Amino acid sequence: MKKNKGTVGKVLKLIGPYKYLLLLSLVFAMISVALTLYAPILIGDGVDVLIGKGQVNFPEVFAILKKLAVVIVLTCVAQWLMNLCNNRITYRVVKDVRIKAFARLQVLPLKYVDSHPQGETISRIITDVEQFSDGLLMGFSQFFTGIVTILGTLVFMLGIHVQIALVVILITPVSLFVASFIAKRTYTMFQKQSETRAEMTSLVEEMIGNQKTVQAFGYGEEALKRFDAINRNLQTCSLKAIFFSSITNPSTRFVNGLVYAGVGITGAVFAMRGAISVGQLSCFLTYANQYTKPFNEISSVITELQNALACARRVFDFIEEETETVDQKDAVVLSQVQGEVKLVDVSFSYQPEVPLLEHLNLTVKPGQKIAIVGPTGCGKTTLINLLMRFYDLDGGQILLDGNAVSKVTKDSLRASFGMVLQETWLKSGSIAENIAYGNPGATREEVIAAAKAAHAHGFIKRMPEGYDTVITEDGGNLSQGQKQLLCIARVMLKLPPMLILDEATSSIDTRTEIQIQKAFQKMMQGRTSFIVAHRLSTIREADVILVMKDGNIIEQGDHKTLLARNGFYAELYQSQFAE
Amino acid sequence: MFQLIPYLKGYKKESVIGPLFKLLEACFELIVPLVMAKIIDVGIENRDMPYILKMGGVLILLGVIGLACSLTAQYFAAKAAVGFGTELRHDLFRHISTLSYQEIDQVGSATLVTRMTSDINQVQSGVNLVLRLFLRSPFIVVGAVVMAFTVNFRLAWIFVVAVPLLSIVIYGIMMITIPIYKKVQKGLDQILLTTRENLAGIRVIRAFRTQKEEQKAFEKESHTLMQDQLRVGWISALMNPLTYLIVNGAIIVLVWAGAFEVNTGKVSQGEMIALVSYMTQILIALVALANLIVSFTKALASAGRINEVFAICTTMESPKSRMEKVSDKKCEAVLFDHVQFRYHGSKEPALSDVTFSVSKGETVGIIGGTGSGKSTLVNLIPRFYDASEGRVLFDGADVKAYPMEKLRGKIGIVPQKATLFRGTIRANIQWGKQDATDEKIYEALEIAQAKEFVQEKPKALDTMISQGGKNLSGGQRQRLTIARALVRKPEVLILDDSASALDFATDAKLRKAIAERTKDMTVFLVSQRAASILHADKIIVMDDGMVAGIGTHQQLLKTCEVYREICYSQLSKEEVEQYEKE
Repeated sequence: MKKNKGTVGKVLKLIGPYKYLLLLSLVFAMISVALTLYAPILIGDGVDVLIGKGQVNFPEVFAILKKLAVVIVLTCVAQWLMNLCNNRITYRVVKDVRIKAFARLQVLPLKYVDSHPQGETISRIITDVEQFSDGLLMGFSQFFTGIVTILGTLVFMLGIHVQIALVVILITPVSLFVASFIAKRTYTMFQKQSETRAEMTSLVEEMIGNQKTVQAFGYGEEALKRFDAINRNLQTCSLKAIFFSSITNPSTRFVNGLVYAGVGITGAVFAMRGAISVGQLSCFLTYANQYTKPFNEISSVITELQNALACARRVFDFIEEETETVDQKDAVVLSQVQGEVKLVDVSFSYQPEVPLLEHLNLTVKPGQKIAIVGPTGCGKTTLINLLMRFYDLDGGQILLDGNAVSKVTKDSLRASFGMVLQETWLKSGSIAENIAYGNPGATREEVIAAAKAAHAHGFIKRMPEGYDTVITEDGGNLSQGQKQLLCIARVMLKLPPMLILDEATSSIDTRTEIQIQKAFQKMMQGRTSFIVAHRLSTIREADVILVMKDGNIIEQGDHKTLLARNGFYAELYQSQFAE
Repeated sequence: MFQLIPYLKGYKKESVIGPLFKLLEACFELIVPLVMAKIIDVGIENRDMPYILKMGGVLILLGVIGLACSLTAQYFAAKAAVGFGTELRHDLFRHISTLSYQEIDQVGSATLVTRMTSDINQVQSGVNLVLRLFLRSPFIVVGAVVMAFTVNFRLAWIFVVAVPLLSIVIYGIMMITIPIYKKVQKGLDQILLTTRENLAGIRVIRAFRTQKEEQKAFEKESHTLMQDQLRVGWISALMNPLTYLIVNGAIIVLVWAGAFEVNTGKVSQGEMIALVSYMTQILIALVALANLIVSFTKALASAGRINEVFAICTTMESPKSRMEKVSDKKCEAVLFDHVQFRYHGSKEPALSDVTFSVSKGETVGIIGGTGSGKSTLVNLIPRFYDASEGRVLFDGADVKAYPMEKLRGKIGIVPQKATLFRGTIRANIQWGKQDATDEKIYEALEIAQAKEFVQEKPKALDTMISQGGKNLSGGQRQRLTIARALVRKPEVLILDDSASALDFATDAKLRKAIAERTKDMTVFLVSQRAASILHADKIIVMDDGMVAGIGTHQQLLKTCEVYREICYSQLSKEEVEQYEKE
């Protein structure tokens, strides 16, 4: 509850800039509700004037109807303006929140992104914000007017006749009780239904999603048997859930019918005694309907609002996540990097309880090639994370040309590395845009030159629109090797003094592979390069090979020394050719 | 939607009773204003207390009967809809399992999963809604107009004008806003795409220091989205005020015209009130119908998508008759005879003029770049696809002559993607052979180099595997899928690049174990690594869908340019030649 309060406060703060709009919306809401409630009175007056045969006072009818017409038009205008205000507030607030969330994404530490599933983060920025927006809009348009309508109706009814008003006040809450009673009962049924549905979905995802494997092993019959069992379960609990939940509407309608009948009977009795006019009775009947409507809606509005608050809280949590460490005020801006890298007593781990790198020392002279090898999951990419300062060290220092990287601006540090990762990432956009990524000012000639240097020009030329071919999301229309060549071209455009290369393990055809190798060679000339290596040819030519196992560098040296040492590297190397 | 109606066949009674009782309820609802009119005109006019109470009783009774009718309707509608959904699900599931690889490729498994789950749910609730409400709302509208005519013929004409006017406003606004809503949805999809892209590329974005540009692009997209939302909001905000205006405008006309009728004694005060009530009932029913149409169109779209799946039929016939053919020792295990293959909708053949034969017990290496047709080739052996031209023979007979299960039962395949299923390790291995004992399972695990890590688990074979095998490493998953194929002791084992996640040492041990312990098994080894297939009895080099060379390592080094290129790109000169000499 306390947490909710905090969230409400934050939501209010978001609405802050639009407070005049909100005020306007409230004013229009009051006007429209008041007028809506006034109309039945006028209609009642109108009916009262129609007393009977030959007794109709036409000028009076005309006067009342004229008034009614004005009231109706004003109601419409007020309602519409209120809706416009609400839309404006909601969509603007939502846009603000979304932009804030996205901005936070840009400064989040990689640690957060790596440790949270992508889908979860996306759903905070998209789905949760969307739900919040729906709830907000509903809150403005229905919650407030609903409450004003209930209060207004009460006042008007009590003003006309206290006893009949009491009948309405006493019976109406029954519908609330009935609704919440049913909701409680159906909750477990719905839970059962969604559990069974989840069970079914996961079976379907497995069996249909992997239909090829299912067929290859002839498991279809068995799968259908398992599916049918769940399907039958689902049938039983769905029927219960659907039926019992669909009781709500008829039941509340029934209660409304009771209210109507109650007003009808008591009203008729009082009208008979002359305490109220027939017109007033008709006005009461209309009120009885109007009064119950917000009551029926309010429970669903409240759940919606609670849901919206929960979503808002998740979004706020995200927006308030800690950011990447900020550059120190006196941080050095690197320029003219030579490429000397020193790791002094470096310690690092992703989880405190699982130590990974411990007291690591390494000196790399400018222009050297460092190959990092080892079995999968041994922490090869960890070094990339540390060099680029995607993660901060737990202990020790990394020195670049003698500057501790923690005392260097992140921008200038990252600018001095060119990075090609195994997991190629391209933006949806044209090929030229992708090569010029990060250097939007590059001319077409520069882009083509970079592509040529990366051996990518050939295949780009053969694409339907050449350099203007649009790449679909995640490069769906390119092969893995072509994507990698584009990533290389992207770095080629403005070659930084140091390189981080992550070789692809497989799935690149031989010719492209040769081209990638050539491009890598060209890039590495005279540049300090760190290569997560899988190709023996790359490894053999490296100045220093770092052999990693379980997060530690267990061997260090060039190909010949390491083979001569006859240790883990030698075993790894020879195993490939073992008969 | 309409093609799916037969699924209601088992629920004829329910599908009639549901709407019928709903109509009854509507009838009772329509009577209420008339009773109220009587209370006013007779009860109050004559100061007849017992009459008022009697009619009040009638009102309550109408409510009770209405409730009973509507509960009955809800129950039968729900029963019919749920039954409909259940049978549709069963049939669709069965239908999907009859599809061949070609059709699955065409539709995509992810799509099939959505059809099975959310689309069917959508249609099910669509059916439920239709049975409950689709008749009710129009009936109330028509009913209210008819009742108005019974009250007063001349005043009822006001209804005849008001109803179409209301409909035009409600459906007109819907028609205008639906396309804009679609645009809003597109805008939302766009910012979803941008967010996903930014998350996936977070390292590259930071390395290139383009956070500010990305932020600007996102802000621009959010702004466009907001403008579309405001535009559609502007129009749909007109709905309530306009309908209110029409209904109350009609009431004004009603009272004005009614004044003359009352004055001439043709209409009573009570009847006037009843007419006003009918006008309000019509509005509520029309709005309900509009909402219903929105959900109904969604259900229709889902139904259309489901029908698309049903419309796809398998292109592969499995002969029913059992092939009685004694395996002949002399027969070639696998023979490709001028095989050409083209994926559905593709112009270029994926395989052209592939001819080779493999004797029983041979180990065959298949090597080539991505897209060279390696996987396609091995997929033709268990008849996952049919050759477009030429023949594929298995054990001397055309693969098309075997009943499907029989053929596939003789083959153990390990696909590129290591797919495991929820359940124990034992259950997963038993996919290969349903009645495999633990002893046989361990034997297979041992060859697949998986025995050690399985035994290290506290529950060994009873270890639960989570969906997709996420609690295992990539290498462990691959080894289990290999064991799954081995456990059935197949005549032909196909390893389709299925050791890619294994380190060199394990890969080598695996190949050694397969070679030693499954002597009479014919093995196909598809790989990108030259080192993995160097020692095969026969190597098939694929290049762009064609066979570039067949032979042993030594032969191919001399004769096949493509093979040389592959070897020298991966191995050093000494390494290549070292094996040439052996």
